[in-house]
Amino acid sequence: MNPSSASSARVLVAALRASSGPLQAAPWLAAAAGFFLFPGYEPLATQIFVMILFAMSLDLLVGYAGIVTLGHAALFGCGAYTAGILALHGMTDPIATALCAMAAAAAVGLLSGSLMLKTKGLALLMLSLATTELLHEIANKAAFWTGGADGLQGISFGPVLGEFALDFRGRTAYVYSLAALFIVYLFLRALINSPFGWSLRGIRENDARMRALGCSVFSRRLAAYVIASALAGLAGALQAQTTQFVALDSLSFELSGNVLIMLILGGSGRLTGALIGVPVFMFAQDALAKQDPANWYLWQGLILIGLTLFAPGGILGICSRAWRALQRRGGP
Amino acid sequence: MTTVVTILFFGVAYGMILYLISVGLSVTMGLMGFINLAHGVFAMLGGYVTVTLMNRLGVPFFPSLAAACAAVTVLGFVLERGLYARLYGRSELDQVLFSMGLIFVAVAIARMVWGPLAQPIQLPDYLKGQTDVLGVSLPAYRITLVAFGAVVVGGLWLVFDRTLFGARIRAAVDNHDMAEAIGIDTSRLFAVTFGLGTGLAALGGGLGADVLAIVPSYPLLYIVYFLIVVAVGGLGSIKGPFIAALFIGLADTACKYAVPEAGAIFVFLLVYILLLWRPNGIISRSRADG
Repeated sequence: MNPSSASSARVLVAALRASSGPLQAAPWLAAAAGFFLFPGYEPLATQIFVMILFAMSLDLLVGYAGIVTLGHAALFGCGAYTAGILALHGMTDPIATALCAMAAAAAVGLLSGSLMLKTKGLALLMLSLATTELLHEIANKAAFWTGGADGLQGISFGPVLGEFALDFRGRTAYVYSLAALFIVYLFLRALINSPFGWSLRGIRENDARMRALGCSVFSRRLAAYVIASALAGLAGALQAQTTQFVALDSLSFELSGNVLIMLILGGSGRLTGALIGVPVFMFAQDALAKQDPANWYLWQGLILIGLTLFAPGGILGICSRAWRALQRRGGP
Repeated sequence: MTTVVTILFFGVAYGMILYLISVGLSVTMGLMGFINLAHGVFAMLGGYVTVTLMNRLGVPFFPSLAAACAAVTVLGFVLERGLYARLYGRSELDQVLFSMGLIFVAVAIARMVWGPLAQPIQLPDYLKGQTDVLGVSLPAYRITLVAFGAVVVGGLWLVFDRTLFGARIRAAVDNHDMAEAIGIDTSRLFAVTFGLGTGLAALGGGLGADVLAIVPSYPLLYIVYFLIVVAVGGLGSIKGPFIAALFIGLADTACKYAVPEAGAIFVFLLVYILLLWRPNGIISRSRADG
């Protein structure tokens, strides 16, 4: 190898290492700066924060506990409908309704999880899919409660903390959803670095060995599922509160699929994957679906096929492979 | 009495369509252990080819079906060799994502070529009317569905149980490594079986075009039903999906007739119960997921 390129690689490696702390803070600083830099884009940014939160909750299942589910939208929709229905019946405090939505989603997660986590493979996938379809059909038919196919319209929430109104400009919604996302991120980071988080990774890698070690595999997986359910419910509640609308689509297979794709696009099992994958997905969707939705479907499909064939690990997977290659060139 | 016969009949006809489309999925999933969500794509393509041949070129119904079946069989074979085979043995998640990608590409292509609206099938006159069977007037189209389905079931059973090809498939489902060790070329077997399975799906899609409307979002709309038949019926078998498809067809038709306001809720509840009771399906030959 050419000595000058080796030394420049070494400098780059050292610089990147030194900046790894600031690098972690970068997305959050960017989000905070965005509040002042891009007025007018608050609603879009809020949508992105909500989806990131949703994708992070899925990462706990897919990336850490090794539970592949096609029914994560069931819990998102459950939270969204809970918040919306409560608001229609007079309970409009955003934080209180969000907590109720989390509790409702956790309850649904506990019930469905305790049934479906007894199975694995195809049966588990199918049960997760059947849960979403079941709730979707219930929401569709119980129009008295949910508005049916038209969705839940005309909901409005009170001010956050009794002080900041969720207005049309979306300044409050921006800060409110970003704060929720940041808290969830800190919580999940602590959770995955706790002994519980490590036992989840162990179960993902080899559940038989974890069982032999005396770990209660089923109850750990169920606990992870209930936590992820509550967080997905929170994302749903935030969606309902910031858009003042709950669509029947929030319980669809398509949403379950999309959030999985966003997560995989960024890279699962690293928590930060959602921070990359969701914005990339949503901007690409916005740009490509403008002229023709078929256009977007085509690219989404091609990207998925390309990712699975050539780049498992998503965008961050590519970055970390590049990083390791750079380290090898740059030496220790 | 008439109502009961009608429900039974419509349910069986619906079940036959589900069976034709799903049986290939059951066998290929049992053979290769591949979670293929994109099977509906082949049924949709079968439907589009059939409808296009009939409406634009004036080809009669049954020759169109045969052409669709043949074309999709070849396509399935090529896709298996070119793409699917690269992902055998990869994680469940990779297979799910890959097949979702295929669905999106197929939906996009269908939308670009045929537009977003449903393609109505112009049934030939002899399939349009009603025929009296045991004093009950039934649509000729659905009688054809049931008869056709019965013939295919019989044929499949003959192939699966009575031919060397069928014995090879059964051997490979039961124990892939041992089948290979005694000289069965499993990768060729996989490709041929995959092609035949997709061809059957195309047949089901074309034949059932009046039951399951041919729209670009077809693979997304009906994916649940096809997968349910396979999951409930059990992987790698042709009998299990038959029972499951008839059951789902009958249950769905009966529930939608008896309690229309509940829609498909009962069917999904039933699926839940069945899958919890027998997670590997009613009849399972596969060892991979046992």
